[in-house]
Amino acid sequence: MKRFIGFVTKEFYHIFRDKRTMFILFGMPIAQIMLFGFAITNEINNVNIAILDKAKDNETQKIINKISASNYFKINDAITNENQIESVFKKGKVKAVLVFETDFIKNLQTHKQAKVQVITDATDPNMANTIANYVNAILQNYTQEMNKNNKPSHQIQTQTQLYYNPELKSVFNFVPGVMTIILMLVSAMMTSISITREKELGTMEVLLVSPLNPFQVIIGKVFPYVFLSIINATIILLLGFFVFKMPIEGNLFLLAFESILFIITALSLGILISTIANSQQTAMMMSLMGLMLPVIILSGFIFPISSMPMPLQIISNIIPAKWFIIIIKAILLKGATVSVIWKETLILIGMTAFFLAVSVKKYKIRLE
Amino acid sequence: MKTILFIIQKEFKQIFRNKAMLPIIFVLPLVQLLILSNAASFEIKNIKFSYVDNDHSVASRELISKFEASKYFNIIKSFSSKKEADLQMQTGKVDVILEIPNHFERDLITENNTNLSVSINAIDGAAAGVESVYISQIINGFNQKIQTQLYQYNDASYVQTVNIVTIPSFWYNNTLNYKTFMVPGILVLLVTMLTLFLSSMNIVREKEMGTLEQINVTPIRKYQFIIGKLFPFWVLGLVILTVGLTIAKVIFSVPILGSIGLIYFFTSIYLLVILGIGLIISNYSDTQQQAMFVAWFFTVIFILMSGLFTPIESMPQWAQNITLFNPIRYFVEIIRMVMLKGATFSDISRPFIMIACYAIVLNGIAVWSYRKVN
Repeated sequence: MKRFIGFVTKEFYHIFRDKRTMFILFGMPIAQIMLFGFAITNEINNVNIAILDKAKDNETQKIINKISASNYFKINDAITNENQIESVFKKGKVKAVLVFETDFIKNLQTHKQAKVQVITDATDPNMANTIANYVNAILQNYTQEMNKNNKPSHQIQTQTQLYYNPELKSVFNFVPGVMTIILMLVSAMMTSISITREKELGTMEVLLVSPLNPFQVIIGKVFPYVFLSIINATIILLLGFFVFKMPIEGNLFLLAFESILFIITALSLGILISTIANSQQTAMMMSLMGLMLPVIILSGFIFPISSMPMPLQIISNIIPAKWFIIIIKAILLKGATVSVIWKETLILIGMTAFFLAVSVKKYKIRLE
Repeated sequence: MKTILFIIQKEFKQIFRNKAMLPIIFVLPLVQLLILSNAASFEIKNIKFSYVDNDHSVASRELISKFEASKYFNIIKSFSSKKEADLQMQTGKVDVILEIPNHFERDLITENNTNLSVSINAIDGAAAGVESVYISQIINGFNQKIQTQLYQYNDASYVQTVNIVTIPSFWYNNTLNYKTFMVPGILVLLVTMLTLFLSSMNIVREKEMGTLEQINVTPIRKYQFIIGKLFPFWVLGLVILTVGLTIAKVIFSVPILGSIGLIYFFTSIYLLVILGIGLIISNYSDTQQQAMFVAWFFTVIFILMSGLFTPIESMPQWAQNITLFNPIRYFVEIIRMVMLKGATFSDISRPFIMIACYAIVLNGIAVWSYRKVN
């Protein structure tokens, strides 16, 4: 035991000596959470649009004022006729052009109906669709005001309640996501590279002929990283809580338990990678190239899993990050208890066991 | 020249000698392009819908059938009480609950007004916003139908309301297909990540192994060494781009409206920027682990601030200014503009010049920061 503690101390010393890596390890989560909290949002606002007003009457002017008063759009006078639309789209100057028909006010008065064409640059489908929806909503509002004096009867009123995030803050969605990505990648990368490093430099043999058994060697190598990751998770949660007023509804012990479980899952994956990889370079490419995009895209962090095609929904099940995001959102925002997330927890435990079992098997072969 | 060729030969040999790396370099990125492009979509569909019908009337059933018929909603379950439904919302089984009150039909016909209540899981705010739009579209449609039915019986009260119709037209992508938008973007990421990671690990690896000292005592010049180191990865980046563009065209049918030559011309300069960054990281690192972390740090921030997944315009001004230093931003912008909109050189001249300046500055730093004598 004493030997083991000595070994762990050495490993700790090794890691904490490297100031630059320390800086990145702790700077990374802070930088990312700040960026997501203050800068990155999947909402649509301040979109550049142009307006082609062929009517130029009071009514269209009022509508244009209403549109420019909304936060969603910035109106710029990039165009004066239809032929220029193509070129402003190509340069990426505006994302949409609204065209008001010539007889706008006349059509409103005599036919009770006028048309607005919403031409969008749909290379970004999400943006285009959202712009069309927003313009539509603004115009709906506008006509409701016009119709104030003859309200239709038999009206259905809808009261909408937004659960767990009434202000629709995107940061509530991003904090759990960033936390998951950082824990997953940092843990997997650090373990895989630090074990392969010993292999590459030939010091692994030295460790294996030492009185420590292989199991202790691996535990000793991994332990400091568990500690580091726990600190990281704590920093992220504290920032989320204090800077972005992210609620922590659930039980703190449960939160801690699940976070440590996920960290261990990620570390086991790192150990598995290190048994396969023959050099640090391979280990790093496996964990970075292999994990980064799948974790970002398939975990539900940015793209909703339920909208994916069925085969991909099935593939997403093998991404540990997916399960942790479900767990962490449930605890933080829904105040979930064990009874709600036991299934996801068991899946993570199962994955950890699987990674470790395969690693042990591979490891043994290596030593014989 | 001969010296450079020797270094290039050595680097290529080292890449192809490592059997474990080959699939990671050549297969993994393309498999990811094939798989992940199908997943990267902000489209909201299969919304997990549930309802509590306290009315059990013709009208309430008709309203529910409207949701059943919609392609956006998956009806998961009906609940007998709101409480029960809320519990299922917590476990994540449902995301939307529609509650139809008692006497819904009676009130709608006689009292002129009635209330529905809708609850939405809003953790993903953007999705919740879209869901709310879909729900109100269905309810409004249903409402209008009921109104016209009822007005047929009592015309006297009927006053035609004014209405403004929006006619959307979606240019360049009228089916709102996400893949055409995402495939070029993901391809950019894969090319960038691969070349950046490999180049940032490269020199530091020789340092760690002790082989760099051996090279340093040869009469090789700094610039020869750097060019020899860069060239193989530069070729690699263009190879991956070529295969990726082929996949985009053949499998995903992404339109390539602009000039392919322009894309290659830009990429070849862009790769110099990325490789320059990689070399600078490598020069300033003592261990591969350090280099890896620094490369990872920049990559994650570059990706998140590139406009690939989230629009740059929605960021506050200070953050938009930061993105001006982000090479990935320019590549994502340009590849989408050229492929999807057929932009020409004059359309993309500004980002192009920016990238060219970066290439010069960064490679200058890379050559300068490489010291033969420590």
